[in-house]
Amino acid sequence: MIPESLKKTLEARVASAITAREAAVDVMKELQAHYGWLTDEAVGEAASLLGLSPLQVEELATFYEMIYRRPVGKKVIHVCDSISCWCVDCEGIIEHLKKKLGVGLGETTADGMFTLLPCCCMGMCGDGPAMSVGDVPYGKLTPELVDEILEMERQKA
Amino acid sequence: MTLPLFRHNRANRVVTFDEYREEGGFEGLKKAFTGMSPAEVQQTVIDSGLRGRGGAGFPTGRKWSFVPRDLPGPRWLICNCDEMEPGTYKDRVLLEHNPYSLIEGMTLACYALGVRHAFIFIRKGYEKAAANLACGIDEAKQAGLLGEKILGTEHSIELDLHLSAGRYICGEETALINALEGKRPNPRQKPPFPAVKGLWQGPTVVNNVETLANIPAIVANGAAWFKGLALNPEGAGSKLFCVSGSVKNRACVELPIGSTLEAVLDACGGMREGRKFKACIPGGASTQFLKPEHMKLPMDYDTVAKAGSRLGSGGVIVFDESHCLIEATLNLITFFARESCGWCTPCREGLPFVREILTRIENGRGVEDDIAILREHVKYLNYSFCALAPGAMAPLEGLLRDFEDEVREHIVKKKCPLK
Ligand SMILES: Cc1cc2nc3c(=O)[nH]c(=O)nc-3n(C[C@H](O)[C@H](O)[C@H](O)COP(=O)(O)O)c2cc1C
Ligand code: SF4
Ligand code: FES
Repeated sequence: MIPESLKKTLEARVASAITAREAAVDVMKELQAHYGWLTDEAVGEAASLLGLSPLQVEELATFYEMIYRRPVGKKVIHVCDSISCWCVDCEGIIEHLKKKLGVGLGETTADGMFTLLPCCCMGMCGDGPAMSVGDVPYGKLTPELVDEILEMERQKA
Repeated sequence: MTLPLFRHNRANRVVTFDEYREEGGFEGLKKAFTGMSPAEVQQTVIDSGLRGRGGAGFPTGRKWSFVPRDLPGPRWLICNCDEMEPGTYKDRVLLEHNPYSLIEGMTLACYALGVRHAFIFIRKGYEKAAANLACGIDEAKQAGLLGEKILGTEHSIELDLHLSAGRYICGEETALINALEGKRPNPRQKPPFPAVKGLWQGPTVVNNVETLANIPAIVANGAAWFKGLALNPEGAGSKLFCVSGSVKNRACVELPIGSTLEAVLDACGGMREGRKFKACIPGGASTQFLKPEHMKLPMDYDTVAKAGSRLGSGGVIVFDESHCLIEATLNLITFFARESCGWCTPCREGLPFVREILTRIENGRGVEDDIAILREHVKYLNYSFCALAPGAMAPLEGLLRDFEDEVREHIVKKKCPLK
C-alpha cells in the first residue's frame, strides 16, 4: 500500500495529463522510488491510477531499462559497455567492479547495497569509462576512482 | 564569425536568462512575433538550408511544410532529446550549458507551425538538462516569452517535459510518439508520416534538440547569414561534433559545416599520445567507417554520403591501430541486438545471429563462408520494420568493405591478430 500523500500526488499527475496513460512512465518511476523496485503490488496500483489493465502496465514496465521488475539493491550501478567507453577500456572497469563487489552482472551484493547492471550509452562518451550509481553519473573511471566512489556511496546510503 | 549554438556558453556553468538576453537571445522571437507571419518564419527556415541534426539530415523547413495547413484540431511539436545513439552526447552538452536556445527555437517552430502545445522528450540520465529546461521554461513564461499571450499577441504556447526511462528505440520518431502517449514504444507503420498523423493522430513534427536550437539565430540573422556560416556551398550553418575514442581531448565542439575531418580531430588536440589513427565512425553508431584517406573530407551531409558514410548525429568515434575493428563492430552489434524492440523478425532474430558470427570470428573460430553470410545479412536486415536494423548494418557493411583483410586474417590465423 502506498501512503495517502503519494497517492494524491500521483492522482494529480494523472489528472494533469492530456490522456491518463501519458503519465505512465512518471507513475511507474514514483512507485519504484517508493518500493525500491516495481513490485507486483505497484503494477496493480499503477494500473488502477492510470485506468489500464495490469498487463498493459507490465508491457510498459518490461520495456524500459530503468524500470526494475525484480528486486534490486539499495543502489543500482549502471556501467556503460557501449562503443566509446569500449575504446577506453570499460571492460577493465567492469571486471574491477565485479571483483570488488563480488558479484556478476545482474547480481546484487550480499549486503543488499548494490546491484550491478551493464547499460547502453549514457551520453557521457566524452568522459568514459562511465557509470551511474543511483541517479549520480560518474565519468573518467579508473579502478582507484571506482573504489572511492563505492566507499562514498556506501557511506551516503 | 560567431557560430550560433555555443556562443552563449560559460566555462563550467549554465548561462543565465539575463546573460542570454543581453547577448541577443530572444531577439529572433521578438522579430517573428512582432513582424513576421508564420509562413515567413517557415520560409526563412526553408531558405536557410537547415537540415535535421538528429541523424537523417532531412531538410527542416521541408519537413515543416508537410504539415497540412487547413486540418482542424490540434497539432503538435516534439523535441527529440532521447540521444541514446552510442558516441552521441551533443544535446546533453548543449542543454547543460544553455537551455534557452532550445526553448526559443521551439517557441518559434510552434509559431511557424500553428502549434499550441509542444513536448520535449528527454532520456533517462539527462536530469540536469531537464532541470535547466524546467527552470528556463519558468523564466521565459514570467518574461512573457512563453505561455499565455506571448509578447501581448494572441498567440499562446505551452511547453512540457516528458522524462523517459531509457530505451534507444524511443529516439525513432514514431516509437517516440507511442512512448509519449504512454504506449509500448514500438515504431509505427509509415505512411502515414507523423506530419500528417502523429501524436494522438494529429499532425506532428519531431525535431532534434540541435536542429531546433538553431532556429533563433536563423530568424534573427536571416537565411543567407546561416548558409554563409558553412565552409562549402553544399552546406549550411554549424554542426556540433561530439568526439570520443582515441583523441587527446575528448570534447563536443561546434564547427562550421564543411570543416574537414582533420579540423574536427585538431579541435580535440589530435590523436592521443602514441596512438595512430586507424578509422573513425563519423556520425554515431549507425554510420560507416571513414579511413585515414578521408582526413581532408569536408564534413557536410552530401559529401560524407558520397564518401560512403553519413554525417549522422555528429558523434565521431575515433579508433587507433591498437583497436580491433571486428571487436568494435561486435560491440556495436551487441548494442543494437540488445536495443532491438523485438517487433519484427529480421531485426529480432537477425541481430543476435550476426552477433554470434562476429563473436566466432573474433575468437578465432570463424570460417571463410562467414564473410558471405555476413554480407547476406547486411542485405536481409534492410527488410526490417524501422531504421534501427539498417542502421545496425552500416558499420558491419563498412567493416566488410574497408577491412575485409582484417576479418580474413582473424579467420586464417584462427585468432585476433591484436591479442
Ligand atoms: C533507432 C533510432 C533512434 C533514433 N534516435 C534519435 C535520437 O536519439 N535523437 C534524435 O534526434 N533522432 C533520433 N532518431 C531520428 C528520429 O527518428 C528523427 O528522424 C529525428 O528526431 C528528426 O529530427 P531532425 O529532423 O531534426 O533530425 C532515431 C532514429 C532511429 C531509427
Ligand atoms: S527493426 Fe528492430 S527496432 Fe525496428 S521495429 Fe523491427 S525489431 Fe523493432
Ligand atoms: S558509449 Fe559509454 S557513455 Fe556513450
